[in-house]
Amino acid sequence: MAQSSSEHRISRRALLRGTAAGAGAVALPTLLTACGGPGKEVKIGSNASDAVPRKAFAEVFKAYEKKSGKDVKVNTVDHESFQENINRYLKGTPDDVFMWFAGYRMQFFAQQGLLADISDLWDGFDGFSGALKKQSTGEDGKQYFVPYYYYPWAVFYRKSVFEQRGYEIPKTFDEYRALAKRMDKDGLDAFAFGDKDGWPAMGTFDYLNMRANGYDFHISLMSGKESWTDPKVKNVFDLWRGLMPYHQKGANGRTWQEAAQSLAQKKSGMAVFGLPHPGQQFSDADRSDLDFFPFPEIDSGYGQDAVEAPIDGFLLSKKSKKQKEAKELLKYLATPAAEEKYLMRDPNNVAVHKEASTGSYNALQKKAAELVSGAKQISQFMDRDTRPDFASQVMIRAIQQFINKPDDIDGLTKDIESQKKTIFAAS
Amino acid sequence: MPLKTARRAGRRTGPRKFSNRDLAVIGVLLGIPILIDLALIWGPTLASIGLSFTSWDGIGDIKWVGTDNYQALFSDYPPFWPAVRNNVLWLAFLGLVATPFGLLLAVLIDRGVRFSRVYQSTIYMPVVLSLAIVGFMAQLVFSRDQGALNAVLGNEDNPVDWLGDPDLNIWMVLIAAAWRHTGYVMILYLAGLKSVDASLKEAAAIDGAGEVQTFFRIVLPTLRPVNVIVLVITVIEALRAFDIVYAINHGRNGLELLSVLVTDNIIGEASRIGFGSAVAVVLLTVSLGFIVTYLVQELRGEKKG
Repeated sequence: MAQSSSEHRISRRALLRGTAAGAGAVALPTLLTACGGPGKEVKIGSNASDAVPRKAFAEVFKAYEKKSGKDVKVNTVDHESFQENINRYLKGTPDDVFMWFAGYRMQFFAQQGLLADISDLWDGFDGFSGALKKQSTGEDGKQYFVPYYYYPWAVFYRKSVFEQRGYEIPKTFDEYRALAKRMDKDGLDAFAFGDKDGWPAMGTFDYLNMRANGYDFHISLMSGKESWTDPKVKNVFDLWRGLMPYHQKGANGRTWQEAAQSLAQKKSGMAVFGLPHPGQQFSDADRSDLDFFPFPEIDSGYGQDAVEAPIDGFLLSKKSKKQKEAKELLKYLATPAAEEKYLMRDPNNVAVHKEASTGSYNALQKKAAELVSGAKQISQFMDRDTRPDFASQVMIRAIQQFINKPDDIDGLTKDIESQKKTIFAAS
Repeated sequence: MPLKTARRAGRRTGPRKFSNRDLAVIGVLLGIPILIDLALIWGPTLASIGLSFTSWDGIGDIKWVGTDNYQALFSDYPPFWPAVRNNVLWLAFLGLVATPFGLLLAVLIDRGVRFSRVYQSTIYMPVVLSLAIVGFMAQLVFSRDQGALNAVLGNEDNPVDWLGDPDLNIWMVLIAAAWRHTGYVMILYLAGLKSVDASLKEAAAIDGAGEVQTFFRIVLPTLRPVNVIVLVITVIEALRAFDIVYAINHGRNGLELLSVLVTDNIIGEASRIGFGSAVAVVLLTVSLGFIVTYLVQELRGEKKG
């Protein structure tokens, strides 16, 4: 007990020492990463966190390592987190090469000066269509993107249901509506519909807009240059409203997976989806029964020219200190061999390169490849063709509101327009 | 022992209370937490307030826009008022329904109904779950096509869209949130009730007070410290509500909350950090209202004591 006061002092000292050590422990990892100098390998930021694509990509990169004798290091991040953190990622210390999307979503970062110009690589590319090049080009006319694969959107249905009931593939919007009416009479939901996640219904809007007003108007509307109160836009919602009675009710409470299941269970007749979506909800036995047709024509002036086909691919970050090595990797990823290697393992997408072999494709993939190669224009889906904040903050809500109350089109479009002005004026 | 106390007391009356070294130690030990507090709490808070007057996307230059964000927020951002309304609703529902219900359950269990341990653990069970998980469970129950509730009700032809109908879903979510909150409140009150002096109740009974009267006049006032804690918890739960609606539908289509609007605007690809900060400042102002009221009450109580 007599020592108690010195004990106190010791414990105080120990405490201080402990604090210092603690502070050191906090600072140490940062120092370590700062010390970790540039390794030999090229780093790739990957958002392919799902099992199938992750494995498929791993094989592609392994093949590259083998071929080039160089090292590739893949940093895989959960798909959603990757997207949510892309800003901070690009501003911080991004990997040399990273996965991303074509179109406006790429241009946005190109404009901010975060992407490296790869126009020189594009001079050597030969297997990509004009539409692909357009989607890989920034607003300054330079290329920033290496396309890798895409998946078109279309109207999916079950062959057996159509055969059994004698339905025919609609070419025009009138036939489409008539078919929907008939299905309704036959006790089916004509359109499987789920918009709980907010984005699936955007595909229907995009198609209605592109068929009624043309691709150019659609892109111009998406980039904020047109007014949403334009009668052309109101017409799009009006056409949609006409189809609403044939859509599955309660779409805002239903996920796209549940909607796709109702198509698989033959409770619904059709569904507007992207290629990877319905297949996942079909059993293996039923998958060959799944088919699609292009979204019907509304205005013969535009026909069925445009196809909605989001393209995924690779970008080179401007901050990368290994521009040369990274470009070599990108060059490899732009070859048909690299795409084939990937698609062997992931049959839900289609290669972008003209010469990529279609030998391993299933019937749906073949049809999807034909659909896109015949397209005069390729759009990228609403949330890739416009500012992401506009798509997620304004349009998701607006479309869900439209699903709840399809009658107030004037109020809805006015609402969208005033928010659009704020958002597009912000920068 | 006496020796030591004497020495200590002697030191305290000396001309210098602390040696230089003591001062240095105190300075460091108090300084570090203060610095951490400034850096991690006050810094970001003030930064948010500052950023709410700018338009910043997280990448480009920070541009000063004055009160534009607030104007847009109040007049031109449709989810804002529903979010405010839902936050208030949340507070009212937890405060006026779930909390009293938790108190009722606590009183019933405290009076020693049969199988009280079973009830106690059953009702407390949801409290160990995260609200996000409660959200997933709510979807299993309330989903339109595959949910348990519609199956039980047997309305297959015209199922109720519990979570998709914006007039309905907030109530369903509130019920799910209250399910958890009730257990929380119950356990706090149970602990409180155990400490109420039984002789007080006996005295009241001798004076001829009925059960209800005894409860409201005698028991509830002696529970004041617990009441304060429960009130604070209820307010905190209501203001920080986020995970359950985010798990269900990202807080859209009738489930808007201020906390979700903050996250939606700030996290994401083309972050509207300025605008999101403005929403955060609104939430901060509301929270400060409660915090200040609470602190004032507490300080007053202390003075009286």
